[in-house]
Amino acid sequence: MSSPTEPGQAYAEFVKGLWKENPTFVQVLGMCPALAVTNTAVNGLAMGVATLFVLLMSSILVSSLRRLIPKQVRISTYIVIIATFVTVADFALQAAAPAVHKELGAFVPLIVVNCIILGRQEAFASRNTVWLSAMDALGMGSGFTGALLLLGSLREILGKGSFFGISLFGPHFEPWVIMILPPGGFLMLGVLLLIFAWVKERRQHTSEQAREEAA
Amino acid sequence: MGQLVWIFVSALLINNFTFSYFLGLCPFFGVSSRLATAFRLGLANIFVMVITSLCASFLNEFILPHAPYLRLISFIVVIASTVQFVEMVIKKVSPGLFRALGIFLPLITTNCAILALALFQTSRSYGLLQGLVFAVGAGGGLTLALVLMAGIREEAELSDIPALMRGTAINMLIAGILSLAFMGFAGLFSGSA
Amino acid sequence: MPDEKDDQQPLVQIGPGGKQGGGLFETLRLVFTLTLAGLLSGLLIVSAYELTLPRIEANQAAALRKAVFEVLPGTKQMQQLIWRDGHLVVAGPSQKAPQPGSSVYGGYDQAGKFVGYAIPAAGPGFQDTIQLIFGFNPARRRIVGMEVLESRETPGLGSRIADDPGFHSQFKDLAVEPKVVLVKGHGDKANDVDAITGATISSTAVVKIINKADATWLPKLPKAGQAPALVPSKGKEREIHPVKPPGGPVPGGNSGK
Repeated sequence: MSSPTEPGQAYAEFVKGLWKENPTFVQVLGMCPALAVTNTAVNGLAMGVATLFVLLMSSILVSSLRRLIPKQVRISTYIVIIATFVTVADFALQAAAPAVHKELGAFVPLIVVNCIILGRQEAFASRNTVWLSAMDALGMGSGFTGALLLLGSLREILGKGSFFGISLFGPHFEPWVIMILPPGGFLMLGVLLLIFAWVKERRQHTSEQAREEAA
Repeated sequence: MGQLVWIFVSALLINNFTFSYFLGLCPFFGVSSRLATAFRLGLANIFVMVITSLCASFLNEFILPHAPYLRLISFIVVIASTVQFVEMVIKKVSPGLFRALGIFLPLITTNCAILALALFQTSRSYGLLQGLVFAVGAGGGLTLALVLMAGIREEAELSDIPALMRGTAINMLIAGILSLAFMGFAGLFSGSA
Repeated sequence: MPDEKDDQQPLVQIGPGGKQGGGLFETLRLVFTLTLAGLLSGLLIVSAYELTLPRIEANQAAALRKAVFEVLPGTKQMQQLIWRDGHLVVAGPSQKAPQPGSSVYGGYDQAGKFVGYAIPAAGPGFQDTIQLIFGFNPARRRIVGMEVLESRETPGLGSRIADDPGFHSQFKDLAVEPKVVLVKGHGDKANDVDAITGATISSTAVVKIINKADATWLPKLPKAGQAPALVPSKGKEREIHPVKPPGGPVPGGNSGK
């Protein structure tokens, strides 16, 4: 088997996590944090970055050790590795940005059970080189962060009239408060999923049409 | 006593783990298409939560004050072990149920609701009894959410939903409306003088 | 891809020798790997903990000081006071973190003169538990300030108990006898608090929490003029345990000298 073009493949692994296999909108994983901490844009961004950090470090470590970890205990080992990095991230956030840490609350430790991270270890990092695993982690993590940022921004703009704390519409704006409350999270994500499904279908439709016409 | 009732009702209805805290969503969207399965998974969750609560109380009281940084790892290990244990017990006692639950039983380990239960219990400094009441209330709330969702989805299967919305999109919207409904429980305890 | 091929081979390459030896080797390997993983993980966690602990503690102590200084105007220094064996005593350096509800804070001005007590309290609100802290001047028997520390009330309505200046200003000189009373509309008496429009239940909760804390603490607090004196910090850091310690005891911040 010829060796793959490393730069091309690495790029592909990175990009897939951003759109085509976006963890939130396509794979529908990591729902709990996606809804719970996206009541403002900055919270969504912080959670995304923290998850990206844990995912990247865990993938690198798991991939480096992939030949040493026995199959029978692999899930436990992954969880120990992930929990370690989550604990480190929790401390770092608490020390560097206590206000954000307070907003995110218990959801930083809950990164441990984010299905995305364990899923990537099992599906990718344990079977691929460190470089590719890192790219995969960066892609998935960035895709996740992007999704959280989008969700958080929309909810904050509609529910509070601000973006990253900056008031957009002035004092007379009557905010759609439900958007920053739990029901708003569910509804907003449902609408976004709908939009993404629609866009996907339109793309498929146009590419099918193009193929038919070419034939 | 009043505080125990508040803890229970708060976890069950007012601050329902699923509709208010966004916990336990993976099984919520994954399993909740059959009513019977949803109910039994809910019960399994309650059981795991109760045991986790007990262990967390024990850890918090005796072991973790000496090494607070090990909290997360020790909780996760407890949860994974409990789920493994529950799996073995169910397999022996009721193989039919074991088969029905399938992959969702080991997935209780990654159910954020269980870990969140332990973390909330810690940050609110609940004692043993309070923790237990909290666990039963939270587990009951999860079961309630699962059962409600399953019932609605069973009905929805017979409806004419646009193809684009089928799947997770419509489930999100259903969940949103349920969450809205549960907001009505806020203030349940505050009317009394 | 070269790695796929790896996956299909057994993880443990046993020589032509012993199957039984392979079993034991396998188990030892599992134990060894998990132990190694545990050790490395522990090392990493403890390092991160040690590195970040000073900063985290400083942040928590700073947040607490800010709250206490807010509710006791004129305070420049503070110390923690614990109720033990029927007396209010100064928290010593070897104290375990006190149970929530068993300690208050004493505020003192730059010269060390007693200003008042800062009393933390909590109770159920409309949505979830409300945590607050209020300042009490025993000489005048008045509440002199109130700050909401944590709440999950309805944004825009109940949440105004935390940031509505009109609501807060009513706690700057509030009588506590016989107890604080919530009034819809406008109240005239010294112990009246006007509810926030549209947030009656959250406002009621705040008043209930304060009254309950008063009932618990006011009988215990020493008479005016007999408050515990500020213990000189002797250049060491003063012990201050934040109201709800999330992990463990937290040594206090600078004494300000």
